[in-house]
Amino acid sequence: MTLLHWAIISPFLAAILVPLLYKKLRSIHTGWFVLILPAVLFLYFFQFLKITAEGKTIKETVEWMPSFGINFTAYVDGLSLLFALLITGIGSLVVLYSIYYLSKEKEQLHNFYVYLLLFMGAMLGVVLSDNLIVLYMFWEFTSISSFLLIGYWYHRERSRYGAQKSMLITVFGGLSMLGGFLLLYLMSGTFSIRELAAMSDVLITEPLFLAALILVLLGAFTKSAQFPFHIWLPDAMEAPTPVSAYLHSATMVKAGIYLVARMSPVFAESGVWLWLVASFGIFTLFWGSFNAVKHTDLKAVLAYSTISQLGLIMSLLGIGAAALHYEHLDENIYGVATMAAVFHLINHATFKGSLFMVVGIIDHETGTRDIRKLGGLMNFMPITFTVAVIGAFSMAGLPPFNGFLSKEMFFTGMIRVLEMDIFNLETWGILFPVLAWVGSVFTFIYSMIVVFKPFTGKHQPEKLDKTPHEAPLGMLISPVILASLVIVFGFFPNILTATMIEPAVTAITQFNVKDSHIYFWHGFTPELFMTLGVILFGVLLYTQLPKWKGIYNTIPERLTLNSFYDNGLAKGERGAYNLTRSYMTGFIRSYLVYIFTFLVGILAVTLIVKDAFTVDTSDLASIGVYEILIALVMVVSAVAILFAKSRLTSIIALGAVGYSVALFFVLFRAPDLALTQLVIETVSVALFLLCFYHLPPLSRHEERMSFKLGNALIAIGVGVVVTLITIASYSTKLSSSISQYYIENVYEEAAGKNMVNVILVDFRGFDTLFEICVLAIAALGIFAMIKLRMTRRREE
Amino acid sequence: MLHTIIQISLLAVSISMVGLIYRVIVGPTTPDRVVALDALGVNLIAIIALVSMVQHSKSFLEVILLIGILAFIGTVAFSKFLEKGAIIEHDRDH
Repeated sequence: MTLLHWAIISPFLAAILVPLLYKKLRSIHTGWFVLILPAVLFLYFFQFLKITAEGKTIKETVEWMPSFGINFTAYVDGLSLLFALLITGIGSLVVLYSIYYLSKEKEQLHNFYVYLLLFMGAMLGVVLSDNLIVLYMFWEFTSISSFLLIGYWYHRERSRYGAQKSMLITVFGGLSMLGGFLLLYLMSGTFSIRELAAMSDVLITEPLFLAALILVLLGAFTKSAQFPFHIWLPDAMEAPTPVSAYLHSATMVKAGIYLVARMSPVFAESGVWLWLVASFGIFTLFWGSFNAVKHTDLKAVLAYSTISQLGLIMSLLGIGAAALHYEHLDENIYGVATMAAVFHLINHATFKGSLFMVVGIIDHETGTRDIRKLGGLMNFMPITFTVAVIGAFSMAGLPPFNGFLSKEMFFTGMIRVLEMDIFNLETWGILFPVLAWVGSVFTFIYSMIVVFKPFTGKHQPEKLDKTPHEAPLGMLISPVILASLVIVFGFFPNILTATMIEPAVTAITQFNVKDSHIYFWHGFTPELFMTLGVILFGVLLYTQLPKWKGIYNTIPERLTLNSFYDNGLAKGERGAYNLTRSYMTGFIRSYLVYIFTFLVGILAVTLIVKDAFTVDTSDLASIGVYEILIALVMVVSAVAILFAKSRLTSIIALGAVGYSVALFFVLFRAPDLALTQLVIETVSVALFLLCFYHLPPLSRHEERMSFKLGNALIAIGVGVVVTLITIASYSTKLSSSISQYYIENVYEEAAGKNMVNVILVDFRGFDTLFEICVLAIAALGIFAMIKLRMTRRREE
Repeated sequence: MLHTIIQISLLAVSISMVGLIYRVIVGPTTPDRVVALDALGVNLIAIIALVSMVQHSKSFLEVILLIGILAFIGTVAFSKFLEKGAIIEHDRDH
């Protein structure tokens, strides 16, 4: 265990301490203790920047299950370090924010911080693991802790609904991903991502490659809320706002992005990867931004905005994968897409985190997040307003904020799709810049909604529960820090390039990226005109918003993805219920019908398919008159059992069958069997008679004809099949009998002349022991059943 | 000679058994059936004795004794059952 491993599991250890601190030190807000950990971790990870900037990586292994190839391998390169810094950095800010957001008196803080620390540790594990199985383990930890955090206010119905929905969708994806990982292991024999990436050119020729690719992408798409799996994210907004800010904007939803980026070296050789990632991403961008405008709840707007921005990053990662297909180009023009993806990833975490916190402040200080009730808050909350402006303008892609830079690079990447001449992109590729541009227009509109609807316009005090006022200082620290980062990264983007972006891009594309620069001013390029167009159309559409908002009502409610999900869930539940109820009738006779039908079916099919039925008459003994006579008696008695009108007749006929069997034993020279059979038959007939008065009369007249016919068919089937198998197995004797040994040794070895008894107590005495046991249990059971009448005693 | 006689005897006993089984199945009252069953047991004894002669075996003599005992116990039990409705009374316990 190195320090790095301790860093990963430290949040889990701290989570154990939280309830203790909460119980013992009630006077201090628990968040202050929790805050120490992410801050320390952030500083710890910060020192790795030097190492990764030089292009070096760190790999530390602790053996966990080495025989299965599962080891806790911590691996630090540019990409994982970037994520680790985001997780710990924004984690600290969120914890700080939550100290002021969650009340010490009213909330169950120990729950909150335990879940949050679990989540933080799980995220660190996801991004720092090199082993796929360990990555999967932490991945599911994020799903579970996210479930707990969304359902934090578990007494609310919407919270539980949102938690369940996100759980179902992300765990579905997680399990698919596990399937993909196992397929990768089957193909390569290793769980290490590093080794998989090294053999990617071999993997692509494997038949399972495509299945593994799609399964892994399912995991990434569900986690990162890509279309059509995005529906859980808006419902996850029922979580407390610090959770939304942390999980659903900066960290967990980027786990899918991380996975795509991390697995790019493994899968990007394939055109399917490029196609799927890029097209799903770009469509999610468009769909998310389009739907964001519709909503009136600020958090819902931000949720759809997150979906859309994640789609943006995803599509850039897809386009960036094209770089691998053009190694001959001197200046690889697709690398810029990956770079834009990483840059936008950082930017999005900063501005979206601050925006969520702004919304949290509005909610906290006014009591509502509905933009129809809010207005004119600018005068009450000048600092919050400033932060909102910075965040929203950056989100819209306006200069001089960092969103502008990444949006320009995004457009550059999308325009360069047009230059691709692989995978039919020369024809369909035009959709990429078009969708990107349309999506950006909608992005502009909802960004303006977020900032202008609550803060400008008319103040409506009658609709609010509280009188709005500026948030406390502590609540403002985190959003202000994030907003200043937005500005710093906007003005000095190149402090990021060499330290964070380049190592991350190197990790994703496996090309050594050096000395890249991000500029404000590219000259009069198509990207610039696209941005100008976005602003122009955005302003136009925003001012005319009430006139065209009606188009959102054109899609009927039942055709939305949410109603598909709800109906699917309800129908699946009802279908399973109906299915179970249709065959679990509660009647033993039905289950016997299933069992016997299955028996007949499986045996008959085996007989036919294996062509196993043979008749061999060479070995048969001759049949005497006595055998025929006794057999006739048995048949007559058996038929009498079936058709008897009274139960007594049945019992007596059954006795006749038993005595005939004893007679058969006599004929076939088995005196011991005959003796036992006679006694047992007598006893069991006596037992039947004992029960006789307590048994209900036979009720054959109630049964329907079809039921009788079905039973007869199954009975005949069982008889025929068992007979056929008996004949076939008698005809195909594979080895000779071992009884010769007993005959020779019964006296020499065991000092007995009765061979049956010697076998019973000497050669194979073990079986006898346990049959004695069975009899003892039966006797005790009967005794207990008769004597122990708990229910009646209770009634008395 | 002996063999032929045994065969004939066996056939005769079998036929009588078929007749008894007819009575067991059809027998208008339960006592009819019980008596027929008792007779069946006796016939079984005869058959087993004859069969052991055919097989030249002494191993089945216990079976004959056993059937004798069982037929007696069975018939007594049946009779008691028909008479009193129960085979083992537990009045004495109380």
